[in-house]
Amino acid sequence: MTDAAQHPSAKHLKKRYAAEARFKMYGRLAITIALAFLVILLGRIVLQGYSTFTTNTVSLPVYLDPARIDRADLSGSNYDYLVSLAVLKALGETEDELGTMSEDASALISRDLGFQILDKVKADPGLIGKTITVTGPVKADADLYYKGEIKRSVAEGNRKLNDRQLTWLDRLKKSGRVHGGFNSAFFTHGDSTEPEQAGILGAAVGSAMMLLVTALIAIPVGVMAAIWLEEFAPKNGWTDLIEVNINNLAAVPSIVYGLLGLAVFINWLGAPRGSPLTGGIVLALMALPTMIIATRAALKAVPPSIRDGALAIGASRTQTVFHHVVPLARPGIMTGAILSLSHALGETAPLLMVGMVAFVPGIPSSFIGGATVLPVQVFIWENASERAFAERTAAGIMVLLAFMIVMNATAIILRRRYERRW
Amino acid sequence: MIFLIALAALLALSASAYQLARRRAVSSAGGRLAILHSLPGYHGTWVALWTGAPAALLLVLFLIFGARLEGAAIQAQTPPAVAKLDAQRQAVFYSDVQATAAGKARSAVSWDGELKTAFEAKTAEARNISTLGLVLAIGLAVVLALAGFLLAYPRLNKDFRARNRVEGWTDLLLVVCSAVAVLTTVAIVASVAWESFRFFQSVSPLDFWFGTDWSPQIAMREDQVAAKGAFGAVPLFAGTFLIMAIAMILAGPVGLFSAIYLSEYAGSAVRAWVKPLLEILAGVPTVVYGFFAALTVGPIFRSFFNWIGSFLVGGPLDGLGQYLAGVQNQMALTAGVVMGIMLIPFVSSLSDDIINAVPQSLRDGSLAMGATKSETITQVILPAALPGVVGAMMLAMSRAIGETMIVAMAAGLQAKLTANPLDTVTTVTVQIVTLLTGDQEFDSPKTLAAFGLGLTLFVVTLTLNIIALTIVRKYREQYD
Repeated sequence: MTDAAQHPSAKHLKKRYAAEARFKMYGRLAITIALAFLVILLGRIVLQGYSTFTTNTVSLPVYLDPARIDRADLSGSNYDYLVSLAVLKALGETEDELGTMSEDASALISRDLGFQILDKVKADPGLIGKTITVTGPVKADADLYYKGEIKRSVAEGNRKLNDRQLTWLDRLKKSGRVHGGFNSAFFTHGDSTEPEQAGILGAAVGSAMMLLVTALIAIPVGVMAAIWLEEFAPKNGWTDLIEVNINNLAAVPSIVYGLLGLAVFINWLGAPRGSPLTGGIVLALMALPTMIIATRAALKAVPPSIRDGALAIGASRTQTVFHHVVPLARPGIMTGAILSLSHALGETAPLLMVGMVAFVPGIPSSFIGGATVLPVQVFIWENASERAFAERTAAGIMVLLAFMIVMNATAIILRRRYERRW
Repeated sequence: MIFLIALAALLALSASAYQLARRRAVSSAGGRLAILHSLPGYHGTWVALWTGAPAALLLVLFLIFGARLEGAAIQAQTPPAVAKLDAQRQAVFYSDVQATAAGKARSAVSWDGELKTAFEAKTAEARNISTLGLVLAIGLAVVLALAGFLLAYPRLNKDFRARNRVEGWTDLLLVVCSAVAVLTTVAIVASVAWESFRFFQSVSPLDFWFGTDWSPQIAMREDQVAAKGAFGAVPLFAGTFLIMAIAMILAGPVGLFSAIYLSEYAGSAVRAWVKPLLEILAGVPTVVYGFFAALTVGPIFRSFFNWIGSFLVGGPLDGLGQYLAGVQNQMALTAGVVMGIMLIPFVSSLSDDIINAVPQSLRDGSLAMGATKSETITQVILPAALPGVVGAMMLAMSRAIGETMIVAMAAGLQAKLTANPLDTVTTVTVQIVTLLTGDQEFDSPKTLAAFGLGLTLFVVTLTLNIIALTIVRKYREQYD
């Protein structure tokens, strides 16, 4: 019985160590699964979205045929047809009687070129009868072909573009009329029904306006409520109730705030539907509990000796709090504010309830007019059937995540730089 | 616009009141500031507050409630021609009147005959009322500002306790801000409960909570007989519960084991890297998860099950094979799994806090008796932390029940009573979104049903939260 290997507990011990190793492995596995999901999620979005940041543009000499432009009604003329003819001319093809050639050609070039011609002709009607060169994006499907997302190997019936169109695209590329480049339109345009013209700027501006409203309400109200609860409130049943209430409000599903916004702000008070103002107020109510909890934590971290010191030299309680405690808690309060605003930036569900889901072309300019915000834009594009919108959705998500990363990084830097340990 | 000007004017008025009061305080002390009870700035602030605050409050209240008051004033007397219309047409009539009076775009309805005369008369009346309201509000504000100044200003002297008075104002402001949090809850309960009450007037609560047939579209046609039984929400509850269960099966163990590993095994270097990464996962907006579910996870699952099905077709399990070959993207499993991913960091960080709250002495005692780490965890730490872990799981469930975007983008719209994770189900939140986005009148049972669902959702999540938070708090106190 001197040999350890012969000891009756040895076998049992081995089993126990095996169980220990297994248990540790489960833990590792769990962490690996969680991190793998993170990598897959972000990787998938980047892979799907990065191609949106480049696009193909085409330059075409367009003959402004006087026979096809009505001088009396410039806006009523069909400039897209002129562009299609220009494409055919560039390819050395001619229009057939049924118009199928020009129809195929028009499916390759964005309508943006037609609008450009309209603007030019309106500015200078003397251009009619001359040939001008216009530059603009190709249609989203053509762009997908250039990027290799639509493949010739797919059966002709299963893709948006037919063989002839693909051959034309190849020839256009070879002739040097099509160039790849940075997709600046995505960052300078609002939403559009045409994927190649849809941009994220409108939603970004809408988000900024809405967050401004949220910040102007949630930060002062939240900070002052927290100051009262932490520094002034008597300890009694009422304040306990308020505390429990705030903790529970933080866990109420966000969509319920949307119902509140719809019933009270829109239907009862007549607030403008789908505006940054209404959305911002709803999100402010939603962000308020988090704001209060964060501020209270920051106030709690200020040691009592600061308060005692101020009170001892004759400051009133209000002076103590506002001249000493709050300034010392400011980095913590700011960190909490940025984090709750970044949370509000990513919120979607309550905004759908207050009507922010409408299609808003262009850039919002008024707090009481209709607007879209980044996460809702993502939702709208995700619902769009066209394939090019899926890419834009992923790119929109990248923009949204970039904003959130900037906000969170700011909060972390603030915390690192100004955090004081007492 | 006029309001902004009025508010700016009020601000200027307060500023001059501040200067006047400050000067008066200084002169009352004869220039020797030390004999003043309060600093001159406090005197100035106090008078400025009395001048500006009540008037500003009045203006803001009028800005918020003015349109409603005007609406009520216009509708006080309904012309006989309008009274003949049904309630919905009357509402359109009055909203058109107010829109026209305010110079905004009105609805496409044309009001003819005697309605046209009534419309014009009411529009003129509306214009008068809104001008009257504006004049009244601004006039009252001016009176309030002057009265405030005249009451406050003469009271200033060197012994006046201006600082204490100003601090009284500050306290009041702080209390009002705290009350906003309470008012939010009251407003949520009141608005959702009121709209639900209106809904339950047309649909019996019993049918709603225990009915098994959900097809709100049918009720849009009022003449239809079947309109009555279409609001049975049981399939929605079942769908919500199914997706929540799938999510918890994934997030529960993975989150808990991550927390155990991070708090008991991992070195500080690993923790320093993994924790922020998990926080990123927690900070990703839910709409991103929804996109991921709809365009990545859904198609992967579908092709996986279709692939398995293709092997089974024609074999002894032909029926199952046929079924698997036909599953769609929008299965409960997709939404459940992605929601589970979303909940992993939530469960993990809550459990981490709870495991860390178990006193070190329990660990030391167990290890000293010769237990291995895993035995210590499973037999000492987890039993000690059990109430807290249960609380954390309940909070996660409540998050899963209330989550909207993932299910709205990845789950289906068909209300089915099924426990099959490969089937399409719909949830309470999806139905709320579907019922309330898009154009429809606000008074139909269809839109009001959303509030009935919202009330149920609020009550269920609130109950879960209260129980969970109580458990967690009791548990923390136990070891404090």
